[in-house]
Amino acid sequence: MGLIGTSVKRVEDKRFTTGQGRYTDDIKLPGMTYACMVRSPHAHAKINSIDTTAAAAMPGVVKIFTGADVGQYGVPCGWQVNFKNGDTMKEPPHPLLVSDKARHMGDAVAMVVANSYAEAKDAAEMVMVDWEVLPAVTDAKAAVADGAPLVHDDVPNNRSFDWALGSDKAAVDAAIANAHHVTTLEFTNQRLVANAIEPRSAIGHYDSAYDKYTLYTSSQNPHLTRLLMCAFVLGIPEHKVRVVAPDVGGGFGSKIFHYTEEALVTIASKAIGRPVKWTAERRESFLTDAHGRDHVTKCDMAFDADGNITALRSKTYANMGAYLSTFAPAVPTYLHGTLLQGLYKTPLVHVDVDAVFTHTTAVDAYRGAGRPEATYLLERLIDTAALEMGKDPAQLRLQNFIDPFNGVDEPGYQTQVALQYDSGNYHPVLEKALKMVGYENFRAEQQAARDGNSGKLLGIGFSTYIEACGIAPSAVVGALGARAGLFESAQVRVQPTGKVSVYTGSHSHGQGHETTFAQVVADKFGIALEDVDIVHGDSDSVAFGMGTYGSRSLAVGGSAIVKSIEKVIEKGTKIAAHKLECSEADLEFAEGKWTVKGSDKSIGFGDVSLTAYVPHDYPAGLEPGLDFSSFYDPTNFTYPFGAHVAIVEIDKETGKVTLKRFIAVDDVGNVINPMIVEGQIHGGVVQGIGQALFEGTIFDESGQLLNGTYMDYVMPRADDMPSFETDRTTTPCPHNPLGVKGAGEAGCIGSTPAVVNAVMDALSPYGIHDIQMPVTSEKVWNIING
Amino acid sequence: MKVKITVTVNGTNYEREVEPRMLLVHFLREELSLTGTHVGCDTSSCGACTVHLDGKALKSCTMLAVQANGRSVTTIEGMATNGELHPLQEGFHQEHGLQCGFCTPGMIMTAADLLKNNSNPSEHEIREALEGNFCRCTGYHNIVKSVQYAAKKMVEMA
Repeated sequence: MGLIGTSVKRVEDKRFTTGQGRYTDDIKLPGMTYACMVRSPHAHAKINSIDTTAAAAMPGVVKIFTGADVGQYGVPCGWQVNFKNGDTMKEPPHPLLVSDKARHMGDAVAMVVANSYAEAKDAAEMVMVDWEVLPAVTDAKAAVADGAPLVHDDVPNNRSFDWALGSDKAAVDAAIANAHHVTTLEFTNQRLVANAIEPRSAIGHYDSAYDKYTLYTSSQNPHLTRLLMCAFVLGIPEHKVRVVAPDVGGGFGSKIFHYTEEALVTIASKAIGRPVKWTAERRESFLTDAHGRDHVTKCDMAFDADGNITALRSKTYANMGAYLSTFAPAVPTYLHGTLLQGLYKTPLVHVDVDAVFTHTTAVDAYRGAGRPEATYLLERLIDTAALEMGKDPAQLRLQNFIDPFNGVDEPGYQTQVALQYDSGNYHPVLEKALKMVGYENFRAEQQAARDGNSGKLLGIGFSTYIEACGIAPSAVVGALGARAGLFESAQVRVQPTGKVSVYTGSHSHGQGHETTFAQVVADKFGIALEDVDIVHGDSDSVAFGMGTYGSRSLAVGGSAIVKSIEKVIEKGTKIAAHKLECSEADLEFAEGKWTVKGSDKSIGFGDVSLTAYVPHDYPAGLEPGLDFSSFYDPTNFTYPFGAHVAIVEIDKETGKVTLKRFIAVDDVGNVINPMIVEGQIHGGVVQGIGQALFEGTIFDESGQLLNGTYMDYVMPRADDMPSFETDRTTTPCPHNPLGVKGAGEAGCIGSTPAVVNAVMDALSPYGIHDIQMPVTSEKVWNIING
Repeated sequence: MKVKITVTVNGTNYEREVEPRMLLVHFLREELSLTGTHVGCDTSSCGACTVHLDGKALKSCTMLAVQANGRSVTTIEGMATNGELHPLQEGFHQEHGLQCGFCTPGMIMTAADLLKNNSNPSEHEIREALEGNFCRCTGYHNIVKSVQYAAKKMVEMA
């Protein structure tokens, strides 16, 4: 009742605040065994032999698996991109355990299963592998060069595929050659580690009584994991496998994918007749969770004399790591190249991508997935251009923004890079942000700091972004190479007492579905929030699902729920008309009851529900029950957008960058729970700031990951961050029933360039052209002390 | 060779035989099935395993179970009294201080130690106190507000 748009406190909180959350590693099954992986300490090494004799004799060891046992199985890639010439991408196998070569540090060669984890780990140290270390390459641009060490012998130049999109290349080249001004930058969008605080974990449990497998796994995507594992990895019947993703401690993309360990514990359990649990140690998370970003790009932005953008051209080398992870090929292409229109009217855009194998952990979608990389290019370029042309960076953006369109009585905006934006009104987000920050006063403060003796520099940075969420429809993504549909399912089961159970194929790992989805259902039915239960993450309960990623849960999963709600109300109307002895057309449904228009005759939701299950006095020919399933396949992506502003202070003596203020004005369409949306923005903003200031993998020449622990890989901590100033505008999505767009990744897409632009603004007196992320004190100090 | 230890956890005495190398966090999770205390790293960096030892916050992965012999441990499961949530548990709910919930027990245990020693911490003091605990979901903004909520409530209750 009026629940949509309200900051309802979360219903899931109590179990988490009292220590009753149930994550995969918390599950203990009778007779459970524990697995420890033997992983390659080398980035690239030939395996001459594996000797498990000593390990097998260790106390508590149940069985040791090597490639000889399971090498025929491998995990597949779920997205196919073709070469420019039409050839299929190079897609080498990714075996569960490698027998021939290790292709990245952490590649698994054996799995030891023992009665306790300590025993498994002791024995794993006794597995003797005779390694022949080979030269490795970790940088995408180096890997594609002639003569670079090959990751897969049959993939020339390590190139998985090349790809291009956009306007006619010759026209773009000509526009850039003839432009009044061209800004060119070379970017390294560094490799990040998702670092969900819950390490990945999987338990395989084969029950011989029912010939049925259960896999508990810390996954964002349990149904797709089941489909991939059954049909494409192990060849076991899907209806004999239950996949449960219970409480999941954060994902950020890294838990979308089907991982080797999930299949390993599943078959191992059958082989030994006992449940098998594997939980990553953090060092394993660093080496085997899919990484994010890792693009090297050269990009040109061209302008006419009035400051209008006339063309954009980019060339990216995308590092795929050693294998193609589940959705990896989509990230640098359809989630990155297609976003290079940004919010701007740029008439000519051309994108070129080389996807390259290296001797590193596989790279796949990480919060934002392609859109942060695209936004970073555009927003660094336009800020740099403003500086070079002596223009105001905010005004230069406003001048180039696409004009407003609502997507209802005006068409969507057709970009040069395949997408059609659904609805947009871009000027107000930046105007609002400028007002919040007090832009004009800031410039005076900045000048005063420069003139004074405080030893501090101040800088302001802008970022205006658009992103694409809820990628769909299935037919379109299929044409683009997706090997899965991208719809969502929802079952709304009204119980005889009028209580409602909702089974959604979305998965919540922090997003608050149990609250937001319940708000939608309770609001639409006019019942209490506590009368709605949201069930997710169990393939035995939920018919099917495509999981949660790409900020799709509410736009796609929520829309599927609305479809089922509508079916319930439609059938309920038939029952109500029968009971009230009127025609269906005379009824209206509001506030939990059907009322005969213009009268006080009504029947409540609970009475109709009971009638549906006790159909004594019931419409002829109508089936009993009140329980509907729906599949919702959207007609388009959704396109949230926003403006982020960062203010930084730099200590000239130490080079330390302190984030003083951060303002985020986001437009994510209609909002069901403002508190939850704001929380998503906060978290995303900090992950984006993490990339700007702290995070990034470091590999040495041999391919060793040098910062593979929390001691070495710097992530934002509480005392690194300020509190945030957030606001919204609302431009509803025109093509889904809730008008929602998605909020999970927006913060992470917008914030990174805002922070780097602020640092560049602060350092502008030093005449530098660019700085590479992460912007550490050392880099800044070196610039100041030239 | 296993060693016999007696540890008081959330007011109950437990006697167990454990391997000397067993960490306190594994003792709590594996031996006592108190799975509210989490393991997020191998380097005592993330704070997800924070408990109280004799009333002081401690990362339970930094200590062996045998070292806790004869001592008193409080975990997240012991924070509510007589079914009433601790003000921090309430604060994290009221101020949306958690998303996935994995870091939450450690955050609450660390914040409880802070509030025991400082009933009215500034935002800066809260952020400094929590710098040993990673949260990857909330961006810390609402965690700070949650601790402020609890501090205010505890002062009112005192």
